[in-house]
Amino acid sequence: MKIDPIHQFNIEPLFTIGHIGNHTIAFTNSSLYMLVAVAIISILMLASGTQLVPGRLQSVAEISYEFVASTIRSTAGAEGMKFFPLVFSLFMFLCVSNLVGVIPYTFTIASHLIVTVALALLVFFTVLIYGVAKNGLKFFKIFVPHGVPGYILPLVMFIEVLSFFLRPVSHSVRLFANMLAGHIALKVFAGFVAMLGFSLGAIGWVGGVLPLALTISLYALEILVAFLQAYVFAILTCIYLNDAIHPGH
Amino acid sequence: MAESHGEAKGPETGAHTEADGGHHSGAFPPFESSTFASQLVSLAIFFVVLYVIVSKLALPKVGGAIEARQNRIEGDLAEAQTLKDQSEAALKAYEGELASARSRAQAIGNESRDQANAQAEAERKTLEEQLAKKLAEAEKTIASTRATAMSNVRGIAADAAGTIVQQLTGVVPDAASVNAAVDASLKG
Repeated sequence: MKIDPIHQFNIEPLFTIGHIGNHTIAFTNSSLYMLVAVAIISILMLASGTQLVPGRLQSVAEISYEFVASTIRSTAGAEGMKFFPLVFSLFMFLCVSNLVGVIPYTFTIASHLIVTVALALLVFFTVLIYGVAKNGLKFFKIFVPHGVPGYILPLVMFIEVLSFFLRPVSHSVRLFANMLAGHIALKVFAGFVAMLGFSLGAIGWVGGVLPLALTISLYALEILVAFLQAYVFAILTCIYLNDAIHPGH
Repeated sequence: MAESHGEAKGPETGAHTEADGGHHSGAFPPFESSTFASQLVSLAIFFVVLYVIVSKLALPKVGGAIEARQNRIEGDLAEAQTLKDQSEAALKAYEGELASARSRAQAIGNESRDQANAQAEAERKTLEEQLAKKLAEAEKTIASTRATAMSNVRGIAADAAGTIVQQLTGVVPDAASVNAAVDASLKG
């Protein structure tokens, strides 16, 4: 019995779409799960009806809408609603794909750094371009905090600039690492059950109850983490967008 | 490194089955740079599709439904308020009407009572007058009847006295003395 907790992250090309330069562009299992996430979100949001008294599906769609809208309003103000489609797409895409990824035998899109980096850079450049386009040079006031003594200002500015450019790193690695670590831990503990059973026989199967209980609790935690990391990603996006909208703060 | 790796991997991996897990040459899958291009392209495609669906269809639809509900609730509340105001106004009008009707009824009652009283008084007066008149007439009639009767009685008494005297004495008495005697005894 060989346990390979990494196998679940393999990218399997399903068919080739084409070539860009030297790269082969394939439709992979990751692409399939992106399609699944987009399909689930579309069905949820579009097939849910617009009744005065909402049904279950419509309630879920409206709660998602209100949840993201109130998150943006509370962190980036009413002006932040310009970015509602972006934040909503990010949150729903990550939330749905993470929750689908918790189901055994499925693939988790956000367990690949390249995906989370791409999304974090999308947010980073949105903030940078919108911030400069809207505020001009005033945008760079975010690097100059109020009430800092002059002699220490260069150091503070250096730290601020550094942290600004490190944002995409922390933004992406947080999501990636959480999804990756959670799935590995689940696989390892679930593997213990089988390993004990196959190597120690009856005693092993009885002893396997412990790692099984741990796997179940971890599974519950992973469901929470799947939602929470999508939420954290969305709320950090809102906070970063707030800098672009109100650079004076 | 990434390019050559990607070239080599592309056609090869398709043939692999689930069982031989370690076919990615031992590298940790999330850091396998040969898969980056495929992932980035699919992410770009699907995220743009999602963004378009969300911004053009999903959010306007769901937001519209929420707004429609909000408007409906506000409209209903406003309508309820108007209806309440209307019913309060109607109640006030009704109470005013009732009060005025009551006072009018009282006035009418008083008036009609006074009228009835006056009429009754007048009727009583005329009746009394009539009765008094009738009484006077009746008294007159009685008096005349009595006088007639008395005169008749005097005649009968005079006749009777004359006849009695004739029977007893065989003499026809003088009418004048008989009358005088009768008168005297009637007065007696």
